[in-house]
Amino acid sequence: MALTAIAFYVFAGVAVASGLMVVTARNPVHSVLWLILAFFSSAGLFVLLGAEFVAMLLIIVYVGAVMVLFLFVVMMLDVDFAELKQGMADYLPMGALIGLILLAELSMVVGVWVFAGAAPEARTAVAPAPEDVHNTAALGRLIYEEYFLLFQLAGMVLFVAMVGAIVLTMRHRVNIKRQDVLTQMYRDRADSVELKDVKPGQGI
Amino acid sequence: MTTVDLTIAFPEVVLALGAMALLMFGVFDKRNADGSLILYLSAALLAFLGVSEMAGHAGVKTAFNGLFVVDGFASFAKSVILLGASASLLLAREYLMRHKMMQYEYPVLILLATLGMLIMVSAGDLMTLYMGVELQSLALYVIAAFRRDSARSTEAGLKYFVLGAISSGLLLYGASLVYGYTGTTRLSGIAAVVYADGVSIGLTFGLVFLCAGLAFKISAAPFHMWTPDVYEGSPTPVTAFFATAPKAAAGALFARALFDGFGDAVETWRQILVFVSIASMFLGAVAAIGQTNIKRLLAYSSIGHMGFALVGLAAGSKEGAQALLIYLAIYVVMNVGVFAFVICMEKSGRPATRIADLAGLSSTHPNMAVCLAALFLSLAGIPPLVGFFGKYFVFVAAVEAGLIWLAVAGAVASVIGAFYYLRLVKVMYFDEATEELDISLPLTHRLALGGAALVMAFSWLPFINGFGIVEAAEAAAASLLG
Repeated sequence: MALTAIAFYVFAGVAVASGLMVVTARNPVHSVLWLILAFFSSAGLFVLLGAEFVAMLLIIVYVGAVMVLFLFVVMMLDVDFAELKQGMADYLPMGALIGLILLAELSMVVGVWVFAGAAPEARTAVAPAPEDVHNTAALGRLIYEEYFLLFQLAGMVLFVAMVGAIVLTMRHRVNIKRQDVLTQMYRDRADSVELKDVKPGQGI
Repeated sequence: MTTVDLTIAFPEVVLALGAMALLMFGVFDKRNADGSLILYLSAALLAFLGVSEMAGHAGVKTAFNGLFVVDGFASFAKSVILLGASASLLLAREYLMRHKMMQYEYPVLILLATLGMLIMVSAGDLMTLYMGVELQSLALYVIAAFRRDSARSTEAGLKYFVLGAISSGLLLYGASLVYGYTGTTRLSGIAAVVYADGVSIGLTFGLVFLCAGLAFKISAAPFHMWTPDVYEGSPTPVTAFFATAPKAAAGALFARALFDGFGDAVETWRQILVFVSIASMFLGAVAAIGQTNIKRLLAYSSIGHMGFALVGLAAGSKEGAQALLIYLAIYVVMNVGVFAFVICMEKSGRPATRIADLAGLSSTHPNMAVCLAALFLSLAGIPPLVGFFGKYFVFVAAVEAGLIWLAVAGAVASVIGAFYYLRLVKVMYFDEATEELDISLPLTHRLALGGAALVMAFSWLPFINGFGIVEAAEAAAASLLG
């Protein structure tokens, strides 16, 4: 028990600290690296919660794919982060003030926190208890059975995003040479190589 | 189980499959390079589904474990949305062709946006609601920036995108608070918790955020900032689309979320809606006065009209929901008519959108001027035009709910607003044209303009009886509150 507590505090502490470093680090590449550390720590937290599948997803998808992509973007685009951060000092007081007001309001809400009587039951009813089913099976049941419609709709949203990205950025340029794989494959010796009978001492 | 679910969601399934099939058709079939065929097919699909939804729906059916609800209310809203989208799509072709923007993706994106709207009005769960809103908004962001070579259009798209993302954030924050305090995202479950335990302060917070997000989508003040810029910057057919189907969808969604989820807490959300509707009505009326661009003017007009529509919702009664539906349907018809004309406004080959460009229209194109005047007067709510009856139903619902001062405020705002509509009529009839407006309406536009004007001018006559829309809306409202 004590071990899990220690593990939790280590993972949580590292996650929070590296999260802070992500936003404060001067070098954007360092930010991305700190973010990777934050993801690893969160994955550890998920393991502690008994959600191994999500932990693995976090490592494989986020660290393995998304973060590498991020690194590429950061390195290739050469965004001037110092310029982006300019004017931060001007906006900070106002932003902080509004944030504080919002915090005060929300803490008033938390201060009078009352659970509706029916709330806890309603919450447990949706998902089967974690002890009864396998991690992956539970997720699969939720995504592909319980929330089948939402899964399909998410697919439609991504579809719109794809169509939109193509509509807004693709240009059909004329007069440029493109690679045509089929022509390349159907090309045979007959129409590309010609045997010339060169007479000695004459050239072509 | 799934087969039954899919039959209940028949229009949505057909629309999704149709959009994908038409996209494939556009990509692989090079014969219709200009995309007109796809546009006509899309419009026909929308119109077909719209007419089939008109048959209405008896009883309430839920599908996908309660995520999706079909009832008379959804059917009514869906037929308004589908027919509005179909009309605005047909009106788009001419403009898109003329300005070399006709691509087959345009009708496909309209179809997908409409799919999102259908999901919105059938949402039985906060998550379905959000997915519908996002599907619709994402497609709308893209078509707002559809003229990608124009700085204004891309600016409109970007502005809409950023502000839309913020509003989605508000919506989600509200939804998460509601989930936290009720333990469920299902609207029926939320209603059960509200019925059993009342509205706690945390739930009120969630409700406020939810309303703020929805008010943004319906472009009600004080969340209207994006509307004039997006209306002005987008290509005119896109503006026409924005002013029709999405408005009806957002209004219906508002009613769905509040009545289905918080039907027993009318007092709690009424104050929000009263504030939002008064602010919208007055802002729409006052801010439109100084406008010189007709698209901006129509943007403020739409803000004002959404204020009037929300008066019906603020009433929180069956009559209120009925008035809201009637108002939205009338509003869509009026806008189809007005935009059929505005899309074609041109001066020496360039789109002309200044109000002053309308000057002298009565002498050059008297028929169009009459139709347009009828539509503007109807927008102003001058009896006996049908626009007046929309306002009448809304105000009666408010008075019956005890909100007499709200109805009075609405009447005052509509008198102020009548000023700028009358000014438009005055410009058309009494001002001298400096440079003649270059306008020729193709047949579809003529039909839309003339048809909308005739409907607005005469459908109150007893033997037409508003095409039975009052009774249909009553049945729809009954199914929502039943």
